[in-house]
This record gives sequence, C-alpha cells and structure tokens, in this order.
Amino acid sequence: MGLVVVGLYTDRLEPLREKFAQLATPFYQITDVPSRVNDWRKDTFVSEVDLKLENEALRTELLIHQRKLQQLASLAAENVRLRQLLNASQMLQDTVLIAELIGVSPNPLSHKVVINRGTKDGAFKGQPVLDAFGLMGQLIDVGETSSTVLLISDSTHAIPVQVNRNGVRAIAEGTGDLNSLSLRHVSANTDIRAGDLLVSSGLGERFPVGYPVAEVLQVVRDPGKAFLTVIAKPMARLDRSRHLLLVFADRDKASVPGALSLPAAASGTTSSSASSSSSVGGGQ
Amino acid sequence: MLSPQLNLYFVIAFSFLLALVLSVYPLPMDMRWWRPEFVLLVAIYWIFFMPLTVSFTLLCVLGLFQDLLEGVPFGQHSLGLVIVAYICILSYQRVRNFSIWRQSCWIFILVGIAQLTDNWVQGMAGRPLSGIQFLYPALTSALLWPLCHRWLNAMTHRYHH
Repeated sequence: MGLVVVGLYTDRLEPLREKFAQLATPFYQITDVPSRVNDWRKDTFVSEVDLKLENEALRTELLIHQRKLQQLASLAAENVRLRQLLNASQMLQDTVLIAELIGVSPNPLSHKVVINRGTKDGAFKGQPVLDAFGLMGQLIDVGETSSTVLLISDSTHAIPVQVNRNGVRAIAEGTGDLNSLSLRHVSANTDIRAGDLLVSSGLGERFPVGYPVAEVLQVVRDPGKAFLTVIAKPMARLDRSRHLLLVFADRDKASVPGALSLPAAASGTTSSSASSSSSVGGGQ
Repeated sequence: MLSPQLNLYFVIAFSFLLALVLSVYPLPMDMRWWRPEFVLLVAIYWIFFMPLTVSFTLLCVLGLFQDLLEGVPFGQHSLGLVIVAYICILSYQRVRNFSIWRQSCWIFILVGIAQLTDNWVQGMAGRPLSGIQFLYPALTSALLWPLCHRWLNAMTHRYHH
C-alpha cells in the first residue's frame, strides 16, 4: 500500500521503471507473433492478379499525390517569400522515424500502445507520435528497444490546439473514449462549429505546430454554463494504425539513424507529406 | 529426469509465464474489459491446491512485474494478489471440497475483490471508473476457472508424480 502511494505521488520509482522496462519487451514481442505470421502469410500467399491490381491502385494514388505535391512546392515557396517579407523565422523541416506497433496496453482504463523503437533509435520521452492521418500521442516510457505511447484520447492527456479556420486556441483533453476529445474552457461566444479541423498549435513546445489533431463533431451551447461543450473526433486512427511516425523537430535532430527527412507542417496550410489528402485539403 | 519437486517448480513458473503473456496479449480496445485476470487465476489455483509452494513475497514480486509489464502504477497488482492470497490461505481447506461451479462463484468474489483494489489504485492515479464494468473480468475469470483448474490439474499430475 505504501509502495502504491510512493509510486503515485513521488517520482522516486521512475528510475526503477526505466531500468526494468527492458524486461517487458520480450512479452510484447511474443504476443506480436500471430500478427507477424499473418503479415507474412499475406505477403507470401498472394496471387499475381491481386498484386497487379494493388500495383495499379498504388500508381494511381501516387499520381494524385504527385499532383498535390506540385502545388505544395509553389505554395511552400510562396510561404517562404511571405515570411521573409514579415521577417518571420523560417518554417521548420521535421524529421520522422517510422515505428511499428507491437502491443496494446492491457489496462482498459488507459489508452497506451507499445512500439518497437527506443533510446537506441534516438527516441526520447515526450516525443510526439503521428500516424498517416494525424497526431496520435506522445512517448511516456522509453526503453532501449521499445517504448510506450500515451494516446491523445487517454483521460490524463491534453494537447494545445487551434481551429484551422480562424486560429482560435484551445486545449483538447482526452476523455477515456477512443473516439472523442473534449475542448476545455471554450467561452460561449467563441467562433467554433461542427466540422472545424483542429490542428496542433505548437504552444507548450511539446507538439510541433500544424499537424491535424481532431475534427469538431458537436458544439453544445448551454446558456446555464459559462463554457461551451465541444466534442471532437481524433483524426488519427488510434485503434487501427500499425505504422506510426516519431517526429524529431529540427532542434533535436542531431543524428538519428534511419530517419527520413520530410517537408512538414507550416502554419495550417499544409501538413506532413505523410498525412492524408483530406487533412491537406482541409487547410486551404 | 528431474526430481518431482523441481518439476513442480518448473510447472508453476511456466504457468505464471503463460499467464503473464496472456495478460498482455493485444485485444481490440473495446474488448479489453472482458480479459480474465489470468495471473490471479493461476495464483489462486496454486494457493488452493499447493498452499506451501507459493510465498507471499514471490506473489508480491510477481505483481510488481505485472505492473511493470502493463505500465500501471507500481503495487497495484501486488496489492490485489496479496489480499486475495491471504483470503485463499484462510479458506483453502473448505474450498477444495466445493464442486467446480461453486468454486467458480468463489473465484468471482475473489477476482472482484482484486478488481476493486485495482480500481482504487487507478482512481488514485487519476483514472476514475464509472459503472459496473470493472466486474467483467471477474465474470470471465469465473467462467474460465473450470478450464484453468482442469488444465493445471492435468499438468500437475503429469509432471509431479
């Protein structure tokens, strides 16, 4: 009982947890075996026709993305010129590292997943994690070869966001429900409506600016309350994505083995090149 | 051939390892409430039928390891395990003579107690619980008990004698 209290209210036990975190990795690797076998089966026993079809679909998709990218180049150049006019700082180029999900936290009250990257790959505590559709969360426990991600929907997580349409800032809190976030302390006359895209605002300097976080589902104006009730749905597929991206902001890029350099977010108009077409389009 | 005593320790260690793996096996997010408390079930079995083989210290360490594995506050599972183990030690002579389904009912209560302490700790950690969901694992554990009992019995008889 005393141990529980010490563990909860002080951080004395943190070093212990970090030291032994390595012991937990094999268990998650073992439980990941069935899905690995399934992946292998899918890769191995596949007909040529299916492969050709998939190839065709991918080519088409590539073409669409390339067209978008052409526009992006000129937009990025224009953005740089405008920023120079304003004497603003250059936009940051973020570097990402691809990680794979190897486990899901068994505790139903918390939303955490385990990934196969750790300090060996340059991951660090507090590092933002994305999937192809938006922000997923941040690293909280980092082992040598695996780490734990706290998802944005966890009831102990909050993230500073802004409405992409007009830049109104807010804090999006997890609710413990995978499909909803709630915005905290939004005053009753704020311009926010259903369908608005919420992107990370970069305040707090933990999450990089401009990645899509959630879409506003519902805004309830109750005259009896001082604040609006705003429910938003996370853009990232929190319970389905298997491949995640760890983001290194430029300042801590130093030397990351195997990291890819991607042109990334600038204030609201574009997002990571890994994000979906819908989130790119949403900014314009 | 190993001595029967050593064999028994291997069986116990193996059963606990398997229970730990099962307790972190990935389930869909919505299904996680229904996961039985495997480690607790195995611990209860060994205390009921071999009360002298499992020590409280060992259970405490096992609970700590499970906390580490699941990323919950240290001591959460230890607390539940030790409380349930104490009740088991007090009651094993009676429970051994119960029919299997009556044992299941007893398991439901024991796992329910452990779930209650688990959720106290989770509540202290800032994840308050709403509703009766925390008893789902007790229900599935109770339903799993006959299977668990039969399998561990078979293992013990095969390797211990």
